[in-house]
Amino acid sequence: MNALYLTLLLPLSGAIVLALIRSPVVAGWVNIGVCVGTFLASLSMALTVLHDGPFLTENGMFYIDAFNVYLVVLTGFVGITTAIFSRPYMRYVLNEGWVQKKRMRLYHAMYQGFLVTMLLALTTNNLGILWVAVEGATLATVLLVSLYRTPESVEAAWKYFILCGVGIAQALFGTVLVYFAAEHVLHSPEIGLHWTELHHVASQLDPTVMSIAFVFLLVGYGTKVGLVPLHNWLPDAHSEGPTPMSAVLSGLLLNVALYAVVRCKMLVDPALADPSWSSPQLAGNLMMGFGMLSFLVAGLFLYRQRDIKRMFSYSSIEHMGLMTFAFGIGGPLATFGALLHMTVHSLTKSAIFIAVGHATHIAGTQVIEKIRGLIKTQPMVGWGLLIGTAAIAGFPPFGVFMSEFLLLSATMQSWPWLTLVLVSGLAIAFAGLFRNIHPMVYGAVPEGQLPVQANMLPVAVHLLIVLWLGISIPSFLANWFDQATLLITGSHFL
Amino acid sequence: MNIVNFSLQEQAILLFAALILFTSFALLAQQRMLASIHVFAWQGALVAGATGLIALVSGQHHLYFSAALTLLLKAMFLPWMLHRLVNRLGIQHHVETVVRPALVLLGAAALVVFSYYVALPIEKLSLLSTRNTIAVSMAVVLIGMLMMVARRQAVSQVIGFMSMENGLFFAAVVSTHGMPMVVELGIAFDVLVAAVLFGIFFLQIRESIESLDVDRLNRLSETEQGQLAEQVQAEQMNE
Repeated sequence: MNALYLTLLLPLSGAIVLALIRSPVVAGWVNIGVCVGTFLASLSMALTVLHDGPFLTENGMFYIDAFNVYLVVLTGFVGITTAIFSRPYMRYVLNEGWVQKKRMRLYHAMYQGFLVTMLLALTTNNLGILWVAVEGATLATVLLVSLYRTPESVEAAWKYFILCGVGIAQALFGTVLVYFAAEHVLHSPEIGLHWTELHHVASQLDPTVMSIAFVFLLVGYGTKVGLVPLHNWLPDAHSEGPTPMSAVLSGLLLNVALYAVVRCKMLVDPALADPSWSSPQLAGNLMMGFGMLSFLVAGLFLYRQRDIKRMFSYSSIEHMGLMTFAFGIGGPLATFGALLHMTVHSLTKSAIFIAVGHATHIAGTQVIEKIRGLIKTQPMVGWGLLIGTAAIAGFPPFGVFMSEFLLLSATMQSWPWLTLVLVSGLAIAFAGLFRNIHPMVYGAVPEGQLPVQANMLPVAVHLLIVLWLGISIPSFLANWFDQATLLITGSHFL
Repeated sequence: MNIVNFSLQEQAILLFAALILFTSFALLAQQRMLASIHVFAWQGALVAGATGLIALVSGQHHLYFSAALTLLLKAMFLPWMLHRLVNRLGIQHHVETVVRPALVLLGAAALVVFSYYVALPIEKLSLLSTRNTIAVSMAVVLIGMLMMVARRQAVSQVIGFMSMENGLFFAAVVSTHGMPMVVELGIAFDVLVAAVLFGIFFLQIRESIESLDVDRLNRLSETEQGQLAEQVQAEQMNE
């Protein structure tokens, strides 16, 4: 339990300390140090859970089970690798004069602030605090999107702020409705938003109120997941902010928002199973619909992108859509696949954004047409980008292939005709990515293009893990996913 | 439903609900900057008043605290801050043209009907007055959203955003006697931070497009126009 508090307090104090450190060089190292500490704490917490099973803190504020603990570890891990990448990257940005020194303080402090909100959202047992933390994540990152103060970045940040603010307000309304439903079942108002208590009595909650609540919750948190048609903020925020931000937004924030949706679904499903209620599958069907729509629309939008970061952010929407769809199908196979996909997507996409960050510095632009010949200029970056893209597109030895295969099998079992749509969607996305990536990594080198100082270690580590997960999932991890599947669906997969 | 069957306090709460809904409509139609900030302050005060009344009736002491917090934050601090910002930006006498005001107001009326339609099935669960107030608060949230869509001025969008927050808070208070204290404090903290950030953004937007008309924020989009703007800018950079 101490590990839990350490996981939360380390980045929190890190944020405060980093706000005070003037030297960007020192701050870069401290940032990495704090992330390593957080990761170690989260790892020790994970080991406890693995040993002793889920636990609830005495005051009932935090609840750790197999589902959220693996996301906590993932958050800690991506936090470290992105911090390692961000150090040389932001130094380059500072030397080029794109940001001033004092904004670097804001950047580092908010980087840790963002991690705090992510970890708080994952570990809290209170639906209200979950909302506060997800909204807090927007607040922490919004000033980072406009860090460069270009007209585009200010516009992107404003859109991000307004759209996510409106969206997340719907989620709060949904939370109020859940609390309203709980009031008639649980008699102590203090615990009315505690997820564990609600989960106990979920089958007694009023189905009408819960169904309305779920619609609001899905729209609210779905905005942050980037579900079409609420996705407009996502490509802008990803493309205009500094690249380490794009990496953590894609790798972590989207996952956490989806986590919130799934937690809510776990409450709504038993409530709707009430015999008097006509559509027990409402939550799942809504998620399937939104997920499928996002998956297809984002796949098609890949074709008209001219900015490399925008392109990969559409790819994120596509994958989040796929996961939402999979959680919507429900059932152990689909859920297991979706959990695996969450992990591999998060690792691969943050690796890609790291490679993309270096690539844009090499080419001096984010415009796809002007980025050429990366492999010749700097082989590590070129190969990193190529292999990362191959992994995210679902090439066989990588973990994404594995999870997509599981998702396809699950679809085949329960909705056979949708398999066709999924396969064609995957093919569309595959072609959409490769027609742009191929000339960027091969292609003729523009005159005077020079390599930059890059640390490709995070990319290599991420992609190796993804490869490993594709070839064989280690048994403790499989067991972990299986426990999470059991929690979500009520039955084992393995 | 028969209004005579309600107790006096329920009627008073319904009156508050009606007034809050009215201020929502007023915000939507108000074109003058200072006047809309004042209406917004009144809405905050009404929400605080309703909270205080419910605290008195239900005897829940933590609601007094919520009422005071709302009064301070929504009826005093936020309007004061907006006031200061518009003075600083020199737009206090700005009159915004609302595109098709009649249509927007009719849309808002339709949203109220829709909210009642959604809240109808909840009837079984609770007292009639709660159903009314849930419908009204949902309508306030949706009208706030409509305001953010219909208005093209950054300050009005922020007011729309904050009035959505008012609707949410009102929903929490009237339907469930307020959320647990931790959550309420967390939400108040978020609103406060959001308000400060909005202030920073006004200055940033102003710096980048020399106006607060968000229609001019059109560089990023999937349409041809946006891409054209991008191209022009890229060419300028090359030169």
